[in-house]
Amino acid sequence: MTDVIDLTLNELANKIKSKEISSTEVTSAYVDRSKSSKKLNTYVEETFEQAIKVAKKFDSKPDFEKKLPGIPLAVKDLFCTHNVRTTASSKILKNFIPSYESTVTQNLWDAGAILLGKLNCDEFAMGSSNETSYFGNVISPIDNNLVPGGSSGGSASALAAKLTPATIGTDTGGSIRQPASFTGTVGLKPTYGSCSRYGIVAFASSLDQAGPMTKNVKDCALLLEVMSSFDQKDSTSIDFKRPNYSLELNNNIKGKKIGIPKEYRVDGMPTEIEKLWEKGKEFLKECGAEIVDISLPHTNYALPTYYIVAPAEASSNLARYDGVKYGFRAEGENLIDMYEKTRSQGFGDEVKRRIMIGTYVLSSGYYDAYYLKAQKVRMLIKNDFDEAFNKVDAILTPSTPSSAFKIGDKTDDPVSMYLNDIFTVPVNLAGLPGISIPAGLDKNKYPLGLQIIGKPFDEQGILNIAYSMEEKINFKLNINDWWIK
Amino acid sequence: MIICLKIIYHMSIDLKTVKHISKLSRISIEDEKAKKLEKDLNSIFKWIEQLNQLNTDKVKPLTSIAETTLRLRKDQVISKNIRDDILKNSPKDNKDYFVVPKVVE
Repeated sequence: MTDVIDLTLNELANKIKSKEISSTEVTSAYVDRSKSSKKLNTYVEETFEQAIKVAKKFDSKPDFEKKLPGIPLAVKDLFCTHNVRTTASSKILKNFIPSYESTVTQNLWDAGAILLGKLNCDEFAMGSSNETSYFGNVISPIDNNLVPGGSSGGSASALAAKLTPATIGTDTGGSIRQPASFTGTVGLKPTYGSCSRYGIVAFASSLDQAGPMTKNVKDCALLLEVMSSFDQKDSTSIDFKRPNYSLELNNNIKGKKIGIPKEYRVDGMPTEIEKLWEKGKEFLKECGAEIVDISLPHTNYALPTYYIVAPAEASSNLARYDGVKYGFRAEGENLIDMYEKTRSQGFGDEVKRRIMIGTYVLSSGYYDAYYLKAQKVRMLIKNDFDEAFNKVDAILTPSTPSSAFKIGDKTDDPVSMYLNDIFTVPVNLAGLPGISIPAGLDKNKYPLGLQIIGKPFDEQGILNIAYSMEEKINFKLNINDWWIK
Repeated sequence: MIICLKIIYHMSIDLKTVKHISKLSRISIEDEKAKKLEKDLNSIFKWIEQLNQLNTDKVKPLTSIAETTLRLRKDQVISKNIRDDILKNSPKDNKDYFVVPKVVE
Protein backbone atom coordinates (compact mmCIF):
# COMPACT_ATOMS: atom_id res chain seq x y z
CA MET A 1 0.00 0.00 0.00
CA THR A 2 1.15 3.53 -0.73
CA ASP A 3 2.17 5.50 2.31
CA VAL A 4 -0.55 7.88 3.54
CA ILE A 5 1.71 10.87 3.08
CA ASP A 6 2.25 10.03 -0.61
CA LEU A 7 -1.45 10.26 -1.41
CA THR A 8 -2.87 13.29 -3.17
CA LEU A 9 -5.65 15.38 -1.67
CA ASN A 10 -8.19 13.75 -3.99
CA GLU A 11 -6.94 10.24 -3.16
CA LEU A 12 -7.12 11.00 0.56
CA ALA A 13 -10.68 12.29 0.26
CA ASN A 14 -11.72 9.19 -1.67
CA LYS A 15 -10.04 6.76 0.71
CA ILE A 16 -11.61 8.43 3.72
CA LYS A 17 -15.02 8.40 2.02
CA SER A 18 -14.69 4.70 1.19
CA LYS A 19 -13.62 4.04 4.82
CA GLU A 20 -10.33 2.55 3.65
CA ILE A 21 -8.57 4.90 5.99
CA SER A 22 -9.66 7.07 8.91
CA SER A 23 -9.15 10.77 9.48
CA THR A 24 -7.24 9.92 12.68
CA GLU A 25 -4.78 7.74 10.77
CA VAL A 26 -4.18 10.44 8.19
CA THR A 27 -3.86 13.21 10.75
CA SER A 28 -1.50 11.18 12.96
CA ALA A 29 0.71 10.39 9.96
CA TYR A 30 1.06 14.08 9.13
CA VAL A 31 1.57 15.08 12.77
CA ASP A 32 4.35 12.48 13.17
CA ARG A 33 6.11 13.55 10.02
CA SER A 34 5.77 17.24 10.87
CA LYS A 35 7.23 16.60 14.33
CA SER A 36 10.32 14.96 12.85
CA SER A 37 10.81 17.74 10.30
CA LYS A 38 11.57 20.68 12.62
CA LYS A 39 14.81 21.29 10.76
CA LEU A 40 12.89 22.82 7.86
CA ASN A 41 11.37 25.43 10.22
CA THR A 42 8.06 25.38 8.38
CA TYR A 43 5.68 25.70 11.33
CA VAL A 44 5.36 28.82 13.47
CA GLU A 45 2.40 27.41 15.41
CA GLU A 46 1.50 23.74 15.82
CA THR A 47 -2.02 22.61 16.64
CA PHE A 48 -1.22 18.90 16.51
CA GLU A 49 -3.04 17.72 19.65
CA GLN A 50 -6.15 19.67 18.77
CA ALA A 51 -5.99 18.29 15.21
CA ILE A 52 -5.97 14.69 16.45
CA LYS A 53 -8.88 15.43 18.77
CA VAL A 54 -10.89 16.89 15.89
CA ALA A 55 -9.95 13.93 13.67
CA LYS A 56 -11.21 11.47 16.30
CA LYS A 57 -14.40 13.44 16.57
CA PHE A 58 -14.78 13.32 12.79
CA ASP A 59 -14.27 9.54 12.78
CA SER A 60 -16.86 9.02 15.50
CA LYS A 61 -19.45 10.85 13.43
CA PRO A 62 -18.11 11.12 9.87
CA ASP A 63 -19.74 13.24 7.18
CA PHE A 64 -18.64 11.82 3.86
CA GLU A 65 -20.58 14.41 1.87
CA LYS A 66 -17.83 16.96 2.66
CA LYS A 67 -15.30 17.78 -0.01
CA LEU A 68 -12.32 17.56 2.37
CA PRO A 69 -13.62 14.95 4.86
CA GLY A 70 -11.42 14.91 7.94
CA ILE A 71 -8.33 15.96 5.99
CA PRO A 72 -5.61 17.78 7.98
CA LEU A 73 -4.20 20.97 6.44
CA ALA A 74 -1.52 23.39 7.60
CA VAL A 75 -2.02 26.98 6.36
CA LYS A 76 0.11 30.08 5.86
CA ASP A 77 0.28 32.17 9.02
CA LEU A 78 -1.27 35.14 7.27
CA PHE A 79 -4.79 33.77 7.69
CA CYS A 80 -6.46 34.70 10.97
CA THR A 81 -7.56 31.60 12.84
CA HIS A 82 -9.98 31.83 15.75
CA ASN A 83 -8.17 31.34 19.07
CA VAL A 84 -4.99 30.19 17.30
CA ARG A 85 -2.04 32.58 17.33
CA THR A 86 -1.64 34.43 14.02
CA THR A 87 1.60 36.36 13.54
CA ALA A 88 2.21 37.10 9.83
CA SER A 89 5.71 35.98 10.89
CA SER A 90 6.22 39.37 12.55
CA LYS A 91 7.43 40.27 16.01
CA ILE A 92 4.74 42.94 16.14
CA LEU A 93 2.03 40.23 16.06
CA LYS A 94 3.94 37.55 17.94
CA ASN A 95 1.27 37.26 20.65
CA PHE A 96 -1.84 38.04 18.59
CA ILE A 97 -4.73 35.62 19.03
CA PRO A 98 -7.59 36.46 16.66
CA SER A 99 -11.15 36.40 17.94
CA TYR A 100 -12.40 35.61 14.45
CA GLU A 101 -11.69 33.33 11.49
CA SER A 102 -10.72 34.32 7.94
CA THR A 103 -13.40 33.46 5.37
CA VAL A 104 -11.04 31.31 3.31
CA THR A 105 -9.99 29.14 6.27
CA GLN A 106 -13.61 28.96 7.46
CA ASN A 107 -14.47 27.58 4.02
CA LEU A 108 -11.83 24.87 4.53
CA TRP A 109 -13.18 23.82 7.95
CA ASP A 110 -16.77 23.93 6.62
CA ALA A 111 -15.65 21.48 3.94
CA GLY A 112 -14.40 19.09 6.66
CA ALA A 113 -10.70 20.01 6.80
CA ILE A 114 -8.76 20.11 10.09
CA LEU A 115 -6.13 22.69 11.05
CA LEU A 116 -2.67 21.13 11.53
CA GLY A 117 -0.86 24.39 12.25
CA LYS A 118 0.31 27.73 10.93
CA LEU A 119 3.15 27.96 8.44
CA ASN A 120 6.10 30.31 8.32
CA CYS A 121 6.23 33.05 5.67
CA ASP A 122 8.06 36.27 4.91
CA GLU A 123 7.15 38.97 7.43
CA PHE A 124 3.79 40.42 6.33
CA ALA A 125 4.34 38.45 3.09
CA MET A 126 7.08 40.88 2.07
CA GLY A 127 9.83 38.81 0.55
CA SER A 128 10.67 36.25 -2.11
CA SER A 129 12.76 33.80 -0.11
CA ASN A 130 11.20 33.48 3.35
CA GLU A 131 14.29 35.15 4.80
CA THR A 132 12.43 38.13 6.29
CA SER A 133 10.44 36.06 8.82
CA TYR A 134 10.85 36.94 12.50
CA PHE A 135 10.87 33.18 13.13
CA GLY A 136 13.84 32.52 10.87
CA ASN A 137 14.49 31.07 7.42
CA VAL A 138 12.55 28.17 6.05
CA ILE A 139 14.67 25.47 4.46
CA SER A 140 13.58 23.90 1.19
CA PRO A 141 13.33 20.10 1.25
CA ILE A 142 14.92 20.18 -2.22
CA ASP A 143 18.38 20.89 -0.79
CA ASN A 144 20.15 21.99 2.37
CA ASN A 145 20.65 25.81 2.51
CA LEU A 146 18.23 26.39 -0.35
CA VAL A 147 15.39 28.92 -0.03
CA PRO A 148 11.86 27.62 -0.69
CA GLY A 149 10.93 30.97 -2.25
CA GLY A 150 8.45 33.34 -0.74
CA SER A 151 6.49 34.75 0.67
CA SER A 152 4.51 31.50 1.06
CA GLY A 153 7.80 29.67 1.73
CA GLY A 154 6.65 27.67 4.74
CA SER A 155 3.62 26.52 2.76
CA ALA A 156 5.70 25.45 -0.25
CA SER A 157 8.31 23.72 1.90
CA ALA A 158 5.72 21.89 4.03
CA LEU A 159 3.86 20.74 0.93
CA ALA A 160 6.96 19.52 -0.93
CA ALA A 161 8.25 17.80 2.24
CA LYS A 162 4.86 16.10 2.67
CA LEU A 163 4.09 17.69 6.04
CA THR A 164 0.60 18.62 4.79
CA PRO A 165 -1.34 17.05 1.90
CA ALA A 166 -2.07 20.50 0.44
CA THR A 167 -1.93 24.06 1.71
CA ILE A 168 -3.00 27.60 1.06
CA GLY A 169 -0.94 30.72 0.51
CA THR A 170 -1.42 34.32 -0.49
CA ASP A 171 -0.03 36.02 -3.58
CA THR A 172 0.51 39.78 -3.87
CA GLY A 173 3.29 39.73 -6.47
CA GLY A 174 4.09 36.05 -6.90
CA SER A 175 4.06 34.72 -3.35
CA ILE A 176 2.23 31.51 -4.31
CA ARG A 177 3.57 30.88 -7.81
CA GLN A 178 7.27 31.59 -7.18
CA PRO A 179 7.64 29.24 -4.16
CA ALA A 180 5.55 26.61 -6.00
CA SER A 181 7.99 26.89 -8.89
CA PHE A 182 11.00 26.62 -6.54
CA THR A 183 9.68 23.47 -4.84
CA GLY A 184 8.20 21.50 -7.73
CA THR A 185 4.60 22.00 -6.64
CA VAL A 186 1.45 23.52 -8.12
CA GLY A 187 0.29 26.99 -7.03
CA LEU A 188 -2.59 29.11 -8.29
CA LYS A 189 -3.35 32.79 -7.79
CA PRO A 190 -7.03 33.36 -8.55
CA THR A 191 -8.62 36.39 -10.22
CA TYR A 192 -8.77 39.38 -7.88
CA GLY A 193 -12.11 39.11 -6.08
CA SER A 194 -12.41 35.31 -6.29
CA CYS A 195 -11.23 34.41 -2.77
CA SER A 196 -12.29 36.62 0.12
CA ARG A 197 -9.60 38.76 1.74
CA TYR A 198 -11.55 38.93 5.01
CA GLY A 199 -9.34 37.88 7.89
CA ILE A 200 -6.12 37.78 5.88
CA VAL A 201 -3.44 40.05 7.34
CA ALA A 202 -3.41 42.82 4.73
CA PHE A 203 -0.29 43.69 2.72
CA ALA A 204 -1.39 45.46 -0.50
CA SER A 205 -5.15 45.29 -0.70
CA SER A 206 -5.57 45.90 -4.43
CA LEU A 207 -3.21 43.01 -5.21
CA ASP A 208 -3.61 40.41 -2.40
CA GLN A 209 -5.30 37.12 -3.26
CA ALA A 210 -5.37 33.78 -1.46
CA GLY A 211 -4.91 30.59 -3.44
CA PRO A 212 -4.26 26.83 -3.32
CA MET A 213 -0.86 25.12 -3.28
CA THR A 214 -1.01 21.42 -4.08
CA LYS A 215 0.78 18.30 -5.29
CA ASN A 216 -1.01 18.29 -8.66
CA VAL A 217 -3.50 20.18 -10.80
CA LYS A 218 -6.50 18.05 -9.84
CA ASP A 219 -5.92 18.83 -6.16
CA CYS A 220 -5.55 22.49 -7.08
CA ALA A 221 -8.99 22.51 -8.72
CA LEU A 222 -10.56 20.84 -5.68
CA LEU A 223 -8.98 23.19 -3.16
CA LEU A 224 -9.80 26.31 -5.19
CA GLU A 225 -13.40 25.16 -5.38
CA VAL A 226 -13.53 25.03 -1.57
CA MET A 227 -11.67 28.32 -0.99
CA SER A 228 -13.41 30.57 -3.50
CA SER A 229 -16.68 32.16 -2.42
CA PHE A 230 -18.55 35.43 -2.61
CA ASP A 231 -18.22 37.20 0.72
CA GLN A 232 -20.15 40.21 1.99
CA LYS A 233 -17.34 40.89 4.47
CA ASP A 234 -14.87 41.73 1.68
CA SER A 235 -15.94 44.84 -0.23
CA THR A 236 -13.97 43.73 -3.30
CA SER A 237 -15.27 40.16 -3.32
CA ILE A 238 -16.94 39.52 -6.67
CA ASP A 239 -20.28 37.79 -7.04
CA PHE A 240 -19.84 35.56 -10.09
CA LYS A 241 -20.95 32.02 -10.77
CA ARG A 242 -18.09 29.89 -9.56
CA PRO A 243 -17.76 26.68 -11.58
CA ASN A 244 -17.35 23.29 -10.00
CA TYR A 245 -13.66 23.41 -10.89
CA SER A 246 -12.78 19.80 -10.01
CA LEU A 247 -15.82 18.29 -11.76
CA GLU A 248 -15.30 20.34 -14.90
CA LEU A 249 -11.56 19.66 -15.04
CA ASN A 250 -10.62 18.07 -18.37
CA ASN A 251 -7.71 17.81 -20.76
CA ASN A 252 -9.48 18.87 -23.92
CA ILE A 253 -7.72 22.04 -25.01
CA LYS A 254 -8.04 21.45 -28.74
CA GLY A 255 -8.15 24.70 -30.67
CA LYS A 256 -7.21 26.83 -27.67
CA LYS A 257 -4.95 29.71 -28.60
CA ILE A 258 -1.97 30.15 -26.31
CA GLY A 259 0.05 33.36 -26.43
CA ILE A 260 3.83 33.50 -26.05
CA PRO A 261 4.89 37.02 -25.01
CA LYS A 262 8.25 37.97 -26.48
CA GLU A 263 8.99 40.38 -23.61
CA TYR A 264 9.34 37.46 -21.20
CA ARG A 265 12.58 36.43 -22.89
CA VAL A 266 14.81 38.38 -20.51
CA ASP A 267 18.57 38.88 -20.51
CA GLY A 268 20.51 36.41 -18.43
CA MET A 269 17.73 33.85 -18.23
CA PRO A 270 19.26 30.37 -18.01
CA THR A 271 19.00 28.36 -21.24
CA GLU A 272 17.31 25.57 -19.27
CA ILE A 273 14.33 27.83 -18.70
CA GLU A 274 14.27 28.81 -22.35
CA LYS A 275 14.30 25.10 -23.28
CA LEU A 276 11.50 24.24 -20.87
CA TRP A 277 9.40 27.02 -22.28
CA GLU A 278 9.97 25.59 -25.78
CA LYS A 279 9.05 22.12 -24.53
CA GLY A 280 5.90 23.56 -22.99
CA LYS A 281 4.95 24.99 -26.38
CA GLU A 282 5.52 21.60 -28.02
CA PHE A 283 3.35 19.85 -25.45
CA LEU A 284 0.57 22.35 -26.01
CA LYS A 285 0.74 21.77 -29.76
CA GLU A 286 0.57 18.02 -29.20
CA CYS A 287 -2.61 18.63 -27.21
CA GLY A 288 -4.11 20.42 -30.19
CA ALA A 289 -3.59 23.97 -28.97
CA GLU A 290 -2.38 26.71 -31.27
CA ILE A 291 0.68 28.80 -30.37
CA VAL A 292 0.45 32.52 -31.09
CA ASP A 293 3.26 35.05 -30.69
CA ILE A 294 2.08 38.08 -28.74
CA SER A 295 3.51 41.24 -27.26
CA LEU A 296 2.99 42.69 -23.78
CA PRO A 297 5.04 45.84 -24.38
CA HIS A 298 4.96 47.25 -20.84
CA THR A 299 6.20 44.09 -19.11
CA ASN A 300 9.50 45.70 -18.12
CA TYR A 301 7.69 48.43 -16.22
CA ALA A 302 5.60 46.07 -14.10
CA LEU A 303 8.15 45.59 -11.30
CA PRO A 304 8.93 49.28 -10.71
CA THR A 305 5.19 49.95 -10.81
CA TYR A 306 4.62 47.22 -8.27
CA TYR A 307 7.31 48.66 -5.99
CA ILE A 308 5.36 51.89 -5.80
CA VAL A 309 1.81 50.54 -5.58
CA ALA A 310 2.45 47.69 -3.12
CA PRO A 311 4.53 49.67 -0.58
CA ALA A 312 2.07 52.59 -0.79
CA GLU A 313 -0.81 50.30 0.13
CA ALA A 314 1.34 48.54 2.72
CA SER A 315 2.33 51.77 4.44
CA SER A 316 -1.35 52.55 4.82
CA ASN A 317 -2.38 49.02 5.88
CA LEU A 318 0.43 48.69 8.39
CA ALA A 319 -0.33 52.03 10.04
CA ARG A 320 -2.65 50.04 12.33
CA TYR A 321 0.29 48.47 14.16
CA ASP A 322 0.83 51.10 16.81
CA GLY A 323 1.16 49.08 20.00
CA VAL A 324 -2.17 50.29 21.35
CA LYS A 325 -4.89 47.74 20.69
CA TYR A 326 -3.02 44.49 20.08
CA GLY A 327 0.39 43.11 19.33
CA PHE A 328 3.80 44.10 20.59
CA ARG A 329 4.34 47.38 22.46
CA ALA A 330 7.61 49.09 23.38
CA GLU A 331 7.30 51.56 26.23
CA GLY A 332 8.00 55.20 25.41
CA GLU A 333 8.23 58.57 27.14
CA ASN A 334 5.02 59.73 25.50
CA LEU A 335 2.49 58.49 22.96
CA ILE A 336 4.49 59.40 19.83
CA ASP A 337 7.66 57.95 21.33
CA MET A 338 5.76 54.75 22.09
CA TYR A 339 4.50 54.50 18.49
CA GLU A 340 7.96 55.09 17.06
CA LYS A 341 9.73 52.62 19.34
CA THR A 342 7.00 49.99 18.93
CA ARG A 343 7.18 50.13 15.16
CA SER A 344 10.96 50.35 15.07
CA GLN A 345 11.39 47.28 17.28
CA GLY A 346 8.31 45.38 16.08
CA PHE A 347 8.95 45.43 12.32
CA GLY A 348 11.88 43.82 10.53
CA ASP A 349 14.17 45.65 8.09
CA GLU A 350 12.37 44.73 4.85
CA VAL A 351 8.97 45.73 6.24
CA LYS A 352 10.36 49.04 7.51
CA ARG A 353 11.98 49.66 4.13
CA ARG A 354 8.69 49.09 2.32
CA ILE A 355 6.67 51.21 4.74
CA MET A 356 9.14 54.01 4.18
CA ILE A 357 9.04 53.65 0.37
CA GLY A 358 5.26 53.76 0.59
CA THR A 359 5.22 56.74 2.91
CA TYR A 360 7.61 58.60 0.62
CA VAL A 361 5.67 57.98 -2.62
CA LEU A 362 2.44 59.08 -0.95
CA SER A 363 3.92 62.10 0.76
CA SER A 364 3.15 65.65 -0.22
CA GLY A 365 5.04 66.73 -3.32
CA TYR A 366 5.84 63.21 -4.52
CA TYR A 367 2.38 61.71 -4.93
CA ASP A 368 1.98 62.69 -8.61
CA ALA A 369 5.53 61.82 -9.57
CA TYR A 370 5.39 58.33 -8.12
CA TYR A 371 2.02 57.02 -6.99
CA LEU A 372 -0.15 58.57 -9.70
CA LYS A 373 2.46 57.71 -12.30
CA ALA A 374 2.47 54.08 -11.15
CA GLN A 375 -1.32 53.86 -11.30
CA LYS A 376 -1.20 55.11 -14.87
CA VAL A 377 1.46 52.59 -15.86
CA ARG A 378 -0.62 49.93 -14.13
CA MET A 379 -3.40 50.83 -16.55
CA LEU A 380 -1.02 50.38 -19.50
CA ILE A 381 -0.02 46.96 -18.18
CA LYS A 382 -3.65 45.92 -17.82
CA ASN A 383 -4.40 47.23 -21.34
CA ASP A 384 -1.57 45.06 -22.71
CA PHE A 385 -3.28 41.98 -21.31
CA ASP A 386 -6.75 43.07 -22.48
CA GLU A 387 -5.41 43.45 -25.97
CA ALA A 388 -3.59 40.11 -25.88
CA PHE A 389 -6.73 38.35 -24.71
CA ASN A 390 -8.54 39.56 -27.82
CA LYS A 391 -6.26 37.20 -29.70
CA VAL A 392 -5.53 34.34 -27.29
CA ASP A 393 -7.26 32.25 -24.61
CA ALA A 394 -4.29 32.04 -22.27
CA ILE A 395 -0.60 32.94 -22.02
CA LEU A 396 2.36 30.64 -21.34
CA THR A 397 5.50 31.98 -19.62
CA PRO A 398 8.21 30.74 -17.29
CA SER A 399 7.20 31.19 -13.62
CA THR A 400 10.54 32.65 -12.53
CA PRO A 401 13.72 33.88 -14.22
CA SER A 402 15.86 31.38 -12.26
CA SER A 403 15.60 28.34 -10.01
CA ALA A 404 15.82 28.52 -6.20
CA PHE A 405 18.92 30.19 -4.74
CA LYS A 406 20.96 29.68 -1.60
CA ILE A 407 20.03 31.30 1.69
CA GLY A 408 21.79 34.67 1.99
CA ASP A 409 22.53 34.97 -1.73
CA LYS A 410 20.30 37.96 -2.40
CA THR A 411 19.69 39.54 0.99
CA ASP A 412 22.18 42.38 0.46
CA ASP A 413 20.62 43.74 -2.70
CA PRO A 414 16.88 44.44 -2.50
CA VAL A 415 16.50 45.08 -6.23
CA SER A 416 18.03 41.74 -7.22
CA MET A 417 15.62 40.06 -4.80
CA TYR A 418 12.68 41.96 -6.31
CA LEU A 419 13.64 40.79 -9.82
CA ASN A 420 12.58 37.27 -8.83
CA ASP A 421 8.98 38.27 -9.34
CA ILE A 422 9.42 39.72 -12.83
CA PHE A 423 7.07 37.17 -14.47
CA THR A 424 4.49 36.97 -11.71
CA VAL A 425 3.98 40.62 -10.74
CA PRO A 426 2.24 41.74 -13.99
CA VAL A 427 -0.50 39.18 -13.30
CA ASN A 428 -1.30 40.74 -9.91
CA LEU A 429 -1.26 44.27 -11.31
CA ALA A 430 -3.85 43.21 -13.91
CA GLY A 431 -5.84 41.13 -11.38
CA LEU A 432 -5.65 38.00 -13.54
CA PRO A 433 -5.56 34.31 -12.58
CA GLY A 434 -2.20 32.54 -12.94
CA ILE A 435 -1.00 29.03 -12.18
CA SER A 436 2.54 27.68 -11.84
CA ILE A 437 3.13 24.02 -12.58
CA PRO A 438 6.40 22.09 -12.24
CA ALA A 439 7.96 21.63 -15.66
CA GLY A 440 11.42 20.18 -15.13
CA LEU A 441 14.76 20.45 -13.34
CA ASP A 442 17.84 22.58 -13.88
CA LYS A 443 21.44 21.32 -13.83
CA ASN A 444 21.46 21.24 -10.03
CA LYS A 445 18.25 19.19 -10.05
CA TYR A 446 16.30 22.17 -8.71
CA PRO A 447 12.70 22.44 -9.96
CA LEU A 448 11.58 24.98 -12.55
CA GLY A 449 8.01 26.01 -13.27
CA LEU A 450 5.89 27.25 -16.13
CA GLN A 451 3.13 29.78 -15.63
CA ILE A 452 -0.21 29.89 -17.40
CA ILE A 453 -2.03 33.22 -17.24
CA GLY A 454 -5.76 33.38 -17.95
CA LYS A 455 -8.54 35.84 -18.64
CA PRO A 456 -10.35 37.23 -15.60
CA PHE A 457 -12.45 34.48 -13.96
CA ASP A 458 -11.14 31.82 -16.34
CA GLU A 459 -9.54 29.68 -13.64
CA GLN A 460 -11.18 26.67 -15.29
CA GLY A 461 -9.43 27.45 -18.56
CA ILE A 462 -5.94 27.65 -17.06
CA LEU A 463 -6.58 24.61 -14.86
CA ASN A 464 -7.51 22.58 -17.94
CA ILE A 465 -4.42 23.74 -19.82
CA ALA A 466 -2.27 22.96 -16.77
CA TYR A 467 -3.93 19.54 -16.48
CA SER A 468 -3.16 18.71 -20.11
CA MET A 469 0.45 19.83 -19.77
CA GLU A 470 0.91 17.98 -16.48
CA GLU A 471 0.13 14.66 -18.21
CA LYS A 472 2.75 15.34 -20.87
CA ILE A 473 5.41 16.74 -18.54
CA ASN A 474 5.05 13.85 -16.09
CA PHE A 475 7.16 15.63 -13.44
CA LYS A 476 8.33 13.58 -10.48
CA LEU A 477 9.81 15.16 -7.40
CA ASN A 478 12.28 12.84 -5.70
CA ILE A 479 13.12 13.95 -2.21
CA ASN A 480 15.08 11.64 0.02
CA ASP A 481 13.97 12.94 3.43
CA TRP A 482 17.53 14.13 4.24
CA TRP A 483 16.26 16.40 7.02
CA ILE A 484 14.65 13.63 9.04
CA LYS A 485 16.95 12.23 11.70
CA MET B 1 -1.30 81.16 -21.61
CA ILE B 2 -0.61 77.67 -20.45
CA ILE B 3 2.96 76.86 -19.67
CA CYS B 4 3.89 73.20 -19.83
CA LEU B 5 6.76 72.22 -17.67
CA LYS B 6 8.54 69.00 -18.36
CA ILE B 7 9.78 67.87 -15.01
CA ILE B 8 12.68 65.49 -14.92
CA TYR B 9 12.55 63.47 -11.76
CA HIS B 10 15.89 62.39 -10.66
CA MET B 11 15.71 63.10 -7.02
CA SER B 12 18.22 61.56 -4.76
CA ILE B 13 17.20 60.87 -1.23
CA ASP B 14 19.53 62.37 1.38
CA LEU B 15 19.89 61.55 5.04
CA LYS B 16 17.61 64.41 6.02
CA THR B 17 14.85 63.03 3.79
CA VAL B 18 15.31 59.54 5.24
CA LYS B 19 14.83 60.97 8.73
CA HIS B 20 11.79 62.91 7.57
CA ILE B 21 10.22 59.77 6.07
CA SER B 22 10.98 57.85 9.23
CA LYS B 23 9.21 60.54 11.23
CA LEU B 24 6.18 60.40 8.91
CA SER B 25 6.19 56.59 9.15
CA ARG B 26 6.38 56.72 12.96
CA ILE B 27 9.41 54.48 12.90
CA SER B 28 12.37 55.65 14.95
CA ILE B 29 15.68 54.97 13.33
CA GLU B 30 19.30 54.99 14.48
CA ASP B 31 21.88 56.93 12.49
CA GLU B 32 23.69 53.86 11.25
CA LYS B 33 20.48 52.28 9.95
CA ALA B 34 19.49 55.57 8.36
CA LYS B 35 22.69 55.55 6.33
CA LYS B 36 22.04 52.01 5.11
CA LEU B 37 18.45 53.00 4.25
CA GLU B 38 19.67 56.04 2.36
CA LYS B 39 21.74 53.73 0.17
CA ASP B 40 18.94 51.15 -0.28
CA LEU B 41 16.25 53.71 -1.05
CA ASN B 42 18.44 55.48 -3.58
CA SER B 43 19.15 52.26 -5.45
CA ILE B 44 15.46 51.33 -5.38
CA PHE B 45 14.28 54.75 -6.57
CA LYS B 46 16.92 54.93 -9.27
CA TRP B 47 15.51 51.67 -10.59
CA ILE B 48 11.91 52.86 -10.18
CA GLU B 49 12.58 56.02 -12.16
CA GLN B 50 12.67 54.07 -15.43
CA LEU B 51 8.90 54.68 -15.37
CA ASN B 52 9.64 58.21 -16.54
CA GLN B 53 10.57 56.79 -19.94
CA LEU B 54 6.85 56.37 -20.51
CA ASN B 55 4.57 59.18 -21.53
CA THR B 56 1.38 58.75 -19.52
CA ASP B 57 -0.17 62.18 -20.05
CA LYS B 58 -3.31 60.74 -21.62
CA VAL B 59 -3.59 57.59 -19.49
CA LYS B 60 -6.19 57.24 -16.77
CA PRO B 61 -4.90 55.92 -13.46
CA LEU B 62 -6.01 52.41 -12.52
CA THR B 63 -7.27 52.65 -8.96
CA SER B 64 -9.19 49.41 -8.65
CA ILE B 65 -9.09 46.26 -10.66
CA ALA B 66 -12.54 45.18 -9.52
CA GLU B 67 -14.21 47.91 -11.66
CA THR B 68 -17.35 47.80 -9.57
CA THR B 69 -18.96 50.40 -7.39
CA LEU B 70 -18.87 49.44 -3.77
CA ARG B 71 -21.89 47.57 -2.48
CA LEU B 72 -24.04 49.08 0.20
CA ARG B 73 -25.16 47.01 3.13
CA LYS B 74 -27.77 47.53 5.78
CA ASP B 75 -26.54 49.78 8.54
CA GLN B 76 -26.82 47.31 11.35
CA VAL B 77 -24.63 45.95 14.08
CA ILE B 78 -23.45 42.40 13.31
CA SER B 79 -20.94 41.80 16.10
CA LYS B 80 -22.37 42.11 19.57
CA ASN B 81 -20.84 41.88 23.04
CA ILE B 82 -17.31 41.38 21.79
CA ARG B 83 -15.65 43.96 24.05
CA ASP B 84 -13.81 41.38 26.13
CA ASP B 85 -12.69 39.55 23.00
CA ILE B 86 -11.28 42.74 21.55
CA LEU B 87 -9.59 43.88 24.75
CA LYS B 88 -7.94 40.54 25.45
CA ASN B 89 -5.22 41.19 22.87
CA SER B 90 -4.33 44.64 24.22
CA PRO B 91 -0.69 44.90 25.29
CA LYS B 92 -1.49 46.72 28.54
CA ASP B 93 -3.99 44.96 30.70
CA ASN B 94 -7.11 46.80 31.68
CA LYS B 95 -10.50 45.20 31.54
CA ASP B 96 -12.37 48.29 30.38
CA TYR B 97 -10.05 50.39 28.21
CA PHE B 98 -6.99 50.44 26.00
CA VAL B 99 -4.19 51.98 28.04
CA VAL B 100 -1.74 54.49 26.50
CA PRO B 101 0.84 56.91 27.90
CA LYS B 102 -0.69 60.10 29.25
CA VAL B 103 -1.74 62.36 26.34
CA VAL B 104 -3.48 65.27 28.09
CA GLU B 105 -1.94 66.98 31.09
